[in-house]
Amino acid sequence: MATFGRACLILALGIALYGIGASLYGARSGRGVWVDSGRRSVYALAGVLTVAFAILDAAFIRSDFSFAVVADHSSTTTPFFYRAAAAWSSQEGSLLLWVWLLSCWSSLALFLTRRRLREVAPYAAAVLCGFAAFFAMLLVFFASPFSTLAHAPVDGAGLNPLLRHPSMMVHPPMLYSGYTLFAIPFAFCVGALVANRLDAEWIRSTRRFSLAAWAFLGIGILLGARWSYAELGWGGYWAWDPVENASLMPLLTGTAFLHSVMIQEKRGMLKAWNASLVLATGVLAILGTFLVRSGVLQSIHAFGASTLGVPFVTLIALLSVGSVALIVWRRRQLSSEHRLDSLFSREAVFLLNNLVLVGLCFVIFWGTFFPLISEAFSGQKASVGPPWFNRYTVPLALILVLLSGIGPVIAWRRASGAHLRRNFAAPAIAALATVGALLPFGVGAKPFALAMFAAAAFVLVAVGQEFWRGVRARQAMSSDSAPRALVSLVRRNRRRYGGYIVHVGMALLFVGVAASSAFQHARDVRLTPGQSARVGGYDVHYQRATFDVAHDSHHTGALLVLGAKVDVSKGGRHVATLRPARGYYPSQDVATTGVVGRFFNGESISQVALRAGLGRDVWAAVQPDTSALQPLIAEADRRFATARPDVALFLAGTLAAKYAKSPPPATFRLIVSPLVTWIWIGGLFVLLGALTAVWPPPRGQRQVSAAYSARLARELDPAA
Amino acid sequence: MEFVLVLLLLCAAIAVIAWPLWTGMSVRENENADVAELEAAKEAKYREIRDAELDFRTGKLSEGDYRALDRSLRAEAVELLRRLDRARGG
Repeated sequence: MATFGRACLILALGIALYGIGASLYGARSGRGVWVDSGRRSVYALAGVLTVAFAILDAAFIRSDFSFAVVADHSSTTTPFFYRAAAAWSSQEGSLLLWVWLLSCWSSLALFLTRRRLREVAPYAAAVLCGFAAFFAMLLVFFASPFSTLAHAPVDGAGLNPLLRHPSMMVHPPMLYSGYTLFAIPFAFCVGALVANRLDAEWIRSTRRFSLAAWAFLGIGILLGARWSYAELGWGGYWAWDPVENASLMPLLTGTAFLHSVMIQEKRGMLKAWNASLVLATGVLAILGTFLVRSGVLQSIHAFGASTLGVPFVTLIALLSVGSVALIVWRRRQLSSEHRLDSLFSREAVFLLNNLVLVGLCFVIFWGTFFPLISEAFSGQKASVGPPWFNRYTVPLALILVLLSGIGPVIAWRRASGAHLRRNFAAPAIAALATVGALLPFGVGAKPFALAMFAAAAFVLVAVGQEFWRGVRARQAMSSDSAPRALVSLVRRNRRRYGGYIVHVGMALLFVGVAASSAFQHARDVRLTPGQSARVGGYDVHYQRATFDVAHDSHHTGALLVLGAKVDVSKGGRHVATLRPARGYYPSQDVATTGVVGRFFNGESISQVALRAGLGRDVWAAVQPDTSALQPLIAEADRRFATARPDVALFLAGTLAAKYAKSPPPATFRLIVSPLVTWIWIGGLFVLLGALTAVWPPPRGQRQVSAAYSARLARELDPAA
Repeated sequence: MEFVLVLLLLCAAIAVIAWPLWTGMSVRENENADVAELEAAKEAKYREIRDAELDFRTGKLSEGDYRALDRSLRAEAVELLRRLDRARGG
């Protein structure tokens, strides 16, 4: 099937190139049949790439090691769950996933706009086909997932153990969906600029895609953070790693865009700014893909090799220069229809929110690319760490959270003194009360955290007040009960109230981030069974060492697990029993590691033990010391050099049992973090809010619109 | 076997792409594209009118601003309805 797969990719490249030509010819000549043919080429592209992706995934599921990519990234011992997702752990598979998702989302966008945006859509189709052609070209000429081996090995190298986590099944498709969905507003913006149709129609038509892109990217980032927290064994969820940063940058500019388009829709302002933001977001999405895949910057998340640097840099340069040229070309048509009336207005708050978001993006961009910048100027690669990022991002994030409370309640155009008093009194009191309530507990020692808690209280009360007032306004119009009025209010104003729910989620998320960053207790200790350590007011007692052979309780394919049973108590009261461990994955290199040694000296990863709670998490990881076993392993390798694999595994199990019976001191990392769970709860609120905003309006609303139009005609135009 | 599959896929792709060229009919010629665009604009205008009303009722627009905005939005909506009627041949 590899030949069929290769043919699919060549066909996809041909279709994408045809789509560019047909769409541009149709747009320039005004011949609808060519425009249609160009659009339908995107559908065909989606079909062909679906077949290609299915062939590749089937090869992973079947463990067909004649495919080089399967032999390198999977094995017969890799559990089915992870074999199905292993396709995107490879560079080739992830590029195919990218272009496949792009073709699917593009097909949906072009299908939904097939009767609208006559002038804009063909150019958008050409841009989307251009992206697809670029990635298809990479897959055909640089990184084919369908390369085959002359002699298929009996078993593969296996999936990187770090990727054997449920989040990793979903994280890359989410992230790539976010990136590829952002290509859609990018493409329509380019189309609007080329066609000189710069009203808000292209924004309205692609709004759901922008929102969906934002939601997918945001959830993808959170899943990555969750993976980092639960899998990587260092206890954090965010490390300001280049790949993390690369995914955050388009999210920030995308957030700015989602807010500032409201000003364009309502007031005809910020057209140039919006176009710039969406173009920047598109370019940053490609940059994000490039950083994951290129290996140009050191990252714990980058699993690619640096073979695609030149094509990617060329594309990014082309997109950047082209975007700037388009904006400059249409600068007159992009001028604002209105001016800012007052600094105390929603428009001003949105503008400030945009500046903060873009400022955050710039800080992150600078910090991420500082190693390359410093190397270019000084010849030495210097990097900046989390303290540098925190110095700038923490105050900016604080302002952002506060603005997310001010935005929903401040008036459009101009806020009067009476309005400010009416709308800001309750949130301001809540913020001050939060400060007053927390100061006695010593929270004042961490002023940024205290300010973040106060800002979050401000947001929660401001949004609550908005819901309350909306319900009352709805009741005044319909005499519904409060719950019914609430449902009706949200259904009729999904975008607005979905956005408010997102603000609540972000406030909760930042409370979790502030608390867990400022008040975390962490210790690295060496303990032998029977010994205890104290961390964050908890007593952690190492009861005994544990081992598992061929049991694989975490379903990750680890044949050997060495760990510890740990008792956690507070003030003499039992809190939890934790079982941190380390999973060992057998090495395929038997000649170097030995028949028994391969079970101990292959890759190993931490299996974190976590007791999560609404108040605090107790987190533990262990690093067993197997150095005392090494002479015994070497002896077993020598004496049983020709043993069958099952016999060798039995011997390894015997040695593991010996370790558990009289273990040397093990190194533990113990962390007590408050309110981490609220980060994930906040994420769920964000997802709920985004779904609310993206969901199409109910049919009933369209019927109401029909009745409304008749009323409108009667009231405003008696002649109609 | 693989060659047959490739051929089938190629034929299917050509059929999808070339259909409008073959029939000479495009979506835009087949259906009234103006009506679809105006319907979308009308829905957007109604949303703006509803948004403005909610902004007023929740205290984010002064009465003067709301009246002026509502008047202009409704006038734009009526203009859209007129254009829709014309586009439908009414």
